[in-house]
Amino acid sequence: MSGTTNILVVGIGGQGVMTATEILAEAAIALGHDAKKTEVAGMAQRGGVVSSHLRFGPRVLSPQIAPGEADVLLAFEAAEGLRWMHMLRPGAAALVNDSRFVPPVVELGLYDYPSDPVGQMKAGGRRVVSFDATTIAQGLGDIRLGNTVMLGAIADQLPFSADVLLDCVLKRFQRKGEKVVALNRQAFESGRAAVGAAEAAIA
Amino acid sequence: MAAVMPAPAASRILMSGNEAVARAVWEAGVKVAAAYPGTPSTEMLEVISTYPDIYAEWSVNEKVSLEVAIGAAYAGSRAFCCMKHVGMNVASDALMTLTLTGVDGGLVIAIADDVGLSSSQNEQDSRYWGRFAHVPVFEPADSQEAYDMTLAAYVLSEKFQVPVILRMTTRINHVKALVTVGERNAHVGAGFKKDPSRYVMVPGNAGKRIPLMFKRDGELRAEAERSPLNVIEPGSDRRIGFITSGPAYMHVKESFPNAPVLKLGFSCPLPLEKCRELAALVDQAVVVEEVEPLVETELKAQGIAVIGKDILPLQGELAPPVLKPAIARLLGEPVDEAAPAIRPAQIFPRPPTMCVACPHLGVYYTLSQVRNLNISGDIGCYTLGAGHPWQAMDTCVSMGASMGIALGMDKGRGEADKDKRIVAVIGDSTFLHMGMQGLLDMVYNKANVTVLLLDNRAVGMTGGQDNPGNGRDIHGEEAPRIDFVKLVKALGVKEERVHKVNPYELPTLFKTIRDEVKVPDVSVIVTDQPCVLIKDYHKLKPYEVLDDKCTGCGNCLDVGCPAIHVTRRGKEVKGSGREVDLSFVRIESSVCTGCGLCVQPCAPDAIQHYAPVSPITLVKKGCSA
Repeated sequence: MSGTTNILVVGIGGQGVMTATEILAEAAIALGHDAKKTEVAGMAQRGGVVSSHLRFGPRVLSPQIAPGEADVLLAFEAAEGLRWMHMLRPGAAALVNDSRFVPPVVELGLYDYPSDPVGQMKAGGRRVVSFDATTIAQGLGDIRLGNTVMLGAIADQLPFSADVLLDCVLKRFQRKGEKVVALNRQAFESGRAAVGAAEAAIA
Repeated sequence: MAAVMPAPAASRILMSGNEAVARAVWEAGVKVAAAYPGTPSTEMLEVISTYPDIYAEWSVNEKVSLEVAIGAAYAGSRAFCCMKHVGMNVASDALMTLTLTGVDGGLVIAIADDVGLSSSQNEQDSRYWGRFAHVPVFEPADSQEAYDMTLAAYVLSEKFQVPVILRMTTRINHVKALVTVGERNAHVGAGFKKDPSRYVMVPGNAGKRIPLMFKRDGELRAEAERSPLNVIEPGSDRRIGFITSGPAYMHVKESFPNAPVLKLGFSCPLPLEKCRELAALVDQAVVVEEVEPLVETELKAQGIAVIGKDILPLQGELAPPVLKPAIARLLGEPVDEAAPAIRPAQIFPRPPTMCVACPHLGVYYTLSQVRNLNISGDIGCYTLGAGHPWQAMDTCVSMGASMGIALGMDKGRGEADKDKRIVAVIGDSTFLHMGMQGLLDMVYNKANVTVLLLDNRAVGMTGGQDNPGNGRDIHGEEAPRIDFVKLVKALGVKEERVHKVNPYELPTLFKTIRDEVKVPDVSVIVTDQPCVLIKDYHKLKPYEVLDDKCTGCGNCLDVGCPAIHVTRRGKEVKGSGREVDLSFVRIESSVCTGCGLCVQPCAPDAIQHYAPVSPITLVKKGCSA
């Protein structure tokens, strides 16, 4: 359906993928859009693959994004970005946290982890922006800020202003106090800056 | 969860289908709601339990939950019950006679079908229950409809004194969309009206109720014909028209915005005239239904020309990427094979894993070390024990089935299995759900089976819900707690054959299992440590691997804890000349909770408590999204 924006957020169970997508949905709704959010999560609470679909626009019918129709891909983990790369439409961007979460089946030697997932993504002909959200979050003192870093990373790739998204992120932390809000603001801006810097490097 | 202030009427809220149903149940003035957890239905009752003025309970199984709801409806109150698709198999005994008595207060049964198998052992179509039990079926297509149809279902239920099935699928239950909510309307029940001819279903009484049920079928079909939930959208491109329901409707509208559509919201009894009307409007009518060809078969039997599973898959969701090429082929149009522009990357799978420090790790590690076992498994987190590295579960069928299947494996053993030991593995909640009867059967019929009852004090796989095994009710408040050791003894297991073991103490667990499998009797070994995701679990000091001491033996990897990572691999030639693979490891100390399981098989004592060189940055609670 024309006028619908498709955002695909992917990662691993427990990383906060679904929460991030929900915050993106809240921002779209705050601007008056219709929105639907759906997951292909399986038993994702147990470290499995999570892909969360957000569609928003004047009216959303099917909640699912079809392969080749995502306008942005936000990947919380490098190999997961590669796994879902085919969902992107030509010319669309993938924003990828370039840190790796290696699953037990790889540790046990049953499968290999791709040697250069981001490189492989780039070879597919899509615009790929990678950065290390995990290290950024650790640098800010809490690995769990990674989720907010990721939302900052997508902030300038949306059909609305980054401030709307930032407001929705910070609203979640209001009752946790000033300090937590300030940390999340910093994480959000760090994510934005990381993508900005990576894009400048590509250009 | 404590009662919260519900959002005011007319609010427009982003809600999952489950949350929308819960809201409608509250608004409908329901007095009693009962369920057993099961993906993707669980959140309905979790959310209902947060609303004021509703009695909500986790029942021990779906049959009991339905019976609780029936009792409340007999008493004249509005009642609600929900379950996943396979739950209705368990509850169906009650349903099939409930249809004869009918209800006084409205009763809605929400059944969540796991179309696409995100978290289930099969993919069955609950719409069959409508036909089988002669009760109406509503099929919402999104959250707003789930809310609206729940309210409408209570009206229909009371008008016809019949329970109504609200058939949902994962793509309704777990999709969040905007819902405009309304006011709560209190419903006052009229009280139980004694009427044995209606409520005591002995042959003489039941026989008189059956004709009434068939009469009701006719009336309900007439109601479906005029129901606003069944709408023909005329469309402009009449080459193909669709008859569809549930989330498939959204996929049809997304894919073919100009095609005529009969949207079935009240799909059983099927409004045949409306279907004829749609078929007459178009060149070809296609039935798009998830998942069985139910409507299609009924229409074909009526001589209405439709196409359905002739061109559509019998399994899984009928999303646009499935529908578009199938319809293009039907129209003789070129199929756009170019999309997607890039093929999906072929990379490693990432199956769900057990949690760091999960008490089941100790059980499966131990089972993987004992030879000569056939292991009958069950449904829960511990089903993951069938996977790597343990591969220590050989069957998984239905709730509680580990018991009966173990007994059958014992009695039916072939020559090749005469020296095999039979083990059954079952969780606490699954045991209370449907395992107790199987254990009793084993005792009564003198089985030679060792049962591992993994008591982790939670319904783990669905999110750690409370159950009679942990002494907390649905609100987290204190409730009577079942003592599993006493329970299994009461079921007849001999005193000396019952053991309670800490699953983190591997030598004790190993010895107990090895000893009990040798005894030709029913033994029960209860493991007693809590799920790491519930509040009963307490973290201990984390561990780390001393790199200079790690010999790469890889024993710790056999535990299967996701906190252990390989840093490098190597090879070593043993004295015997045999070449072995080496895996040097590290422990992700930030997620390690110090359970100590990996420490026990570590040959060179290379795993020690984490001693950071710099002060640890304390993880502050609630710092991120």
